[in-house]
Amino acid sequence: MQFGLNESQEFLKDSARKFFAGECPSAEMRRLMETDTGYDAALWSKLTDQGYTGIIFPEAVGGVGLGKVELMLLMEEAGRALLPGPFFSTVVLTGSVLESVARSESKKKYLEPICKGESRATVAILESSANWNPDSIELTAVSGKLTGEKLFVADAAIADFIVVLARNGVFVVDSKARGLEISPMFSMDLARKLYAVEFSNTPAEKIGDAAGLARAFDVATAALAAELVGGMQRTLEITVEYAKTRKQFGKPIGMFQAVQHQCADMYLETESSRSAVYYAGWALEENAPDAATAVSIAKMYASDAGRTVGNRGIQIHGGMGFTWENDIHLYYRRAKASETAFGDATFHRERIASMVVGSGGVTAKSA
Amino acid sequence: MDLRLTAEELTFRDELRSWLGANVPKDWDQWREKPMEESFAYLRAWQQKLHEGRWAAVSWPKEYGGRSATLMQQAIFWEEMARVDAPPMANSLGLGLIGPTIIACGTEGQKKRYIPKILSAEEIWCQGFSEPNAGSDLAGLQTEARSDGDHYVVNGQKVWTSYGWVGDWCELVVRTDASAAKHKGLTVLLVDMKSPGVEVRPLRQMTGESEFNELFFRDVRVPVANVLGEVNDGWNVAISTLMYERGSYGARLHLIFKRYITRLIELAWTTRRNGRPVAEDPIIRQKLAQCSAEIEIMRFNQMRAFSRITATGVPGPEGSIQKIFWSELNQRLQQVAQELLGSYGQLLGGDPHAIDKGIWSYGYLRTRGNTIEAGTSEVQRNIIGHFVLGLPRSY
Repeated sequence: MQFGLNESQEFLKDSARKFFAGECPSAEMRRLMETDTGYDAALWSKLTDQGYTGIIFPEAVGGVGLGKVELMLLMEEAGRALLPGPFFSTVVLTGSVLESVARSESKKKYLEPICKGESRATVAILESSANWNPDSIELTAVSGKLTGEKLFVADAAIADFIVVLARNGVFVVDSKARGLEISPMFSMDLARKLYAVEFSNTPAEKIGDAAGLARAFDVATAALAAELVGGMQRTLEITVEYAKTRKQFGKPIGMFQAVQHQCADMYLETESSRSAVYYAGWALEENAPDAATAVSIAKMYASDAGRTVGNRGIQIHGGMGFTWENDIHLYYRRAKASETAFGDATFHRERIASMVVGSGGVTAKSA
Repeated sequence: MDLRLTAEELTFRDELRSWLGANVPKDWDQWREKPMEESFAYLRAWQQKLHEGRWAAVSWPKEYGGRSATLMQQAIFWEEMARVDAPPMANSLGLGLIGPTIIACGTEGQKKRYIPKILSAEEIWCQGFSEPNAGSDLAGLQTEARSDGDHYVVNGQKVWTSYGWVGDWCELVVRTDASAAKHKGLTVLLVDMKSPGVEVRPLRQMTGESEFNELFFRDVRVPVANVLGEVNDGWNVAISTLMYERGSYGARLHLIFKRYITRLIELAWTTRRNGRPVAEDPIIRQKLAQCSAEIEIMRFNQMRAFSRITATGVPGPEGSIQKIFWSELNQRLQQVAQELLGSYGQLLGGDPHAIDKGIWSYGYLRTRGNTIEAGTSEVQRNIIGHFVLGLPRSY
């Protein structure tokens, strides 16, 4: 048993870190954050050249064919750089939904251009109930047309097509389709834009049934937890550096235990999240029987830890932590957005409870 | 990354499983609740049996009677022991902490003299580290050893000594040079507990039991040959023992905690409140799920740390997150048990209405010690702050 990264995984993580440091340093991240969509065509083509847009998809559709652990590592590094733009929406979310839901001709049509870096895309999930349980979806296609509203759709304005979850299947709506209205929702995470998407008799192409969605959601959820780990790691690094250099009472503040012990807790929370995320990636890759539980464990823990690490980091920075110029609040904003996306800790605890405690008098053991 | 057991690990596990299947005592339940004074001969016999099967100290090098087991194999060992609910071994400090320290720092003569009897449980070991005025600040200890020809003469007091009452030998940290800086004047002595001037008193703890002792040393003569490591290098010897303590402690806990949570889930279904099983109360469900998840994360952390230690050879300061994680988790777990059981949670073992013979009231009290023993959570956070994160030393 070996719960460490192998040589090629270390290489991938290391080169992703260098890539993001070079192509998306803090100044560039802030520049993109201030744009309407956070999308940059030049950066996207570099992501494509790295093979990141096809990372987990089969070579048959133009992908690279790496595993879910590798996806976790890439997302961790993207999170550490607070990568703006539609990478998560397009590659991780839309890609995973297409891979597990779409029939083969739709895969060729929609997944291949994603892998090749030619399309941006997103998935419209939530409605006004803002419930992450797909059973709560009410939007229903009638004779190939959609009418209704989806909310909290990430990166919709830059998407070439939108995958729409409806009661009666999974549909694709082209961005140029008639009866489609996309309007921004102003939210905390400035580097990942959210939109309200309204359909009025909008033509939609059915690409599959909801059967494979759970798997796709699990991959996206774990990847989001991995991104949270990267954000925690960066928050920890910035904070420890500050605690070493900032002096009060003639000493570095990191010498005071009230500060130092918070740093230690940030480390514990970050490392524990990382362990849970790596395990989830491995369990998904191996189709382990506990894969769904492992994903919920990772998202549950990282959702809470992401917020807590941010709380501690801002506090340790004192007044500096409360300024716009310090990057720490940008990670804090992302952590809040990612905390709720795909279910917050409370949501996932109940999902874990349904698996380990059971329900309705049926314990998990006897079920 | 590959979390499947390797062929070698599987062979190790299967050999152990079949050995345990044939040898693990079936009557442990009749002894479990008894005070250790009564069950000690039983635990000694169990260790002897493990030793005959060469299972008493799997982590030790083969030449010293172990199996040179990798960390993963050690984890498998403790998991398998917990899986069959095997009794603990009598000489657990000798096997887990002191033996490895003697193997690492001792002379050939010391290894020959002490190691075989640690393995066979013929000689039980205890640790004389903490003192009334030296707890977290261990290096501030005052027990002194004065040189007198080919002997040291020891005077002082130790506290929180597990197995003191049954100990044949003690790994004792003493001050041999009062003029040196506090970390520099310490030496580790191997002390025969039958020496004149050694007195052992029970220390009653908040659970009502006496797991620990106080040791008093009055002009105790210890041969110079019983110095472990170098004179005045005792701090490094003691630290290596503590690293083993923090490294190996957690390995057996995953299945033990899992057994707790499984039992709590059963109790949640059989305990009714407000007309429904407590297991249907969303708040209790949240808390049970949180504990279950953290029990798994504890294991993931452990496996990651083991993989890292395997690469570097020695346990490192990362062990500190394990210590904080399991000890605080155990406290949270016991608090959830209390919330679930309500008024029944407080009942002690002797009460006819007590749930599970009072293990939950006991656990609630006993786990307060978890964040104190083997290095307080505050000391662990200092270790992470200074040694892992590189922050300036705070004390």
